[in-house]
Amino acid sequence: MKSSEFQYHRPETLDAALALLAHEDSVPLAGGQSLMPMMNFRIAGPEVLVDLNAVTGLSGVSVDEGWVTIGAMTRYSSLETDPEVMRHVPLLGCVLPHIAHPAIRNRGTIGGSCALADPAAELPAVLLALGGAVTVQSAKGTRRIAADDFFLGLYETARDEHELITGVHFPCSPAHQKTGFYEITRRHGDYAIAGCVVSASKNLGAVRVAFFGISDRPLRVEGIELALMGGDGGAGALDGAVAALDGVQMSGDLHADEATKRHLARVALRRAWTKVIA
Amino acid sequence: MSQTADIKLTVNGEAVTVSVPVRKNLVDFLREDLGLTGSHVGCEHGVCGACTLEVNGQMVRGCLMLAVQADGGAVTTVEGFADSGRSDALREAFADRNALQCGYCTPGMMASALEYIEGGGVADRVAIREHLSGNYCRCTGYQAIVSAICDVIEQGGKA
Repeated sequence: MKSSEFQYHRPETLDAALALLAHEDSVPLAGGQSLMPMMNFRIAGPEVLVDLNAVTGLSGVSVDEGWVTIGAMTRYSSLETDPEVMRHVPLLGCVLPHIAHPAIRNRGTIGGSCALADPAAELPAVLLALGGAVTVQSAKGTRRIAADDFFLGLYETARDEHELITGVHFPCSPAHQKTGFYEITRRHGDYAIAGCVVSASKNLGAVRVAFFGISDRPLRVEGIELALMGGDGGAGALDGAVAALDGVQMSGDLHADEATKRHLARVALRRAWTKVIA
Repeated sequence: MSQTADIKLTVNGEAVTVSVPVRKNLVDFLREDLGLTGSHVGCEHGVCGACTLEVNGQMVRGCLMLAVQADGGAVTTVEGFADSGRSDALREAFADRNALQCGYCTPGMMASALEYIEGGGVADRVAIREHLSGNYCRCTGYQAIVSAICDVIEQGGKA
């Protein structure tokens, strides 16, 4: 299908974009790799489309005081080859090739993925597992929101309607940090049926575990983190962690019912953890 | 009335100045307004890869970009790859290997294959399949396509 009609604006400055987004019914267009399909399906029918692709200053990577800041309009494909990202957030190097396909990664943006908050998307879960944050801006001001407080529900975030994500922040990986990522998909590049991202500090002093594809949002499970923390991270700890998944409500979908999701979440956790303790 | 926009772009090396409805996808614009029917329209939601083409040096989905977004840019379609000789070796290898049957996926397959070969990809069947994972072929089972790409790489790396 084709999208319904809309008004189109292509501002060149952030201020101009924010002014346009202050209007009712205006929707920002980032890489368009999710919004355009939704418009073609007419699931989304924005009255006013504010194309961010000509806005200057929204792309690029900078490192400052222990944080890697990625401009919201930075494409996945440019992150895959960014030396600062590979050095300071090596987990992204493992994850990026799993996000859709090269032609999609050439357009898709990190800010767009966070704003959409698809519960089966890899990137929001990575941001959550690494304790990242996003900066949002509107004509009224700027605020920084921790990933823990950002993803609120199905396609729902703490971003207000007229706010725009301008940057996505990852803490620089400390020395001795261990990470693991595993997802189960029908085909390479598909959204995950179930996936798991883990980060662990030295001697497993702190562990963060985020699942995707199993709930209405990227999901941390405290019981799992506590089971894995502090000890040797061996088979006993992992069994305890897997058992803690029993208390998690699963969201079944067309491809996998709740029982399948639960099974695959267990598999993903075990395999992601194997990479952490490897 | 639909909103329209005046755009200037380069398509397969030729300058184009035209007015387009802002809601028109890039691939529809190329096919319907410019008569470049080499790029195919399959799913219209970015999954099948039949509309894959090059914008400003990068392969993208022609159905997930608006024509108006190509304003000021350079677009190359499968016709452009052929006219410039850029895809000569790949076309020959596709023919030699029977890497197409109905041909619907072929323009997008060639775009993704070119990106892989020109990006310095090696003749590794797993890596090639991963790179082509966003291009669906319902005829060949992919074996012959992967073989054709391997042939081009092994015969000198120039597509």
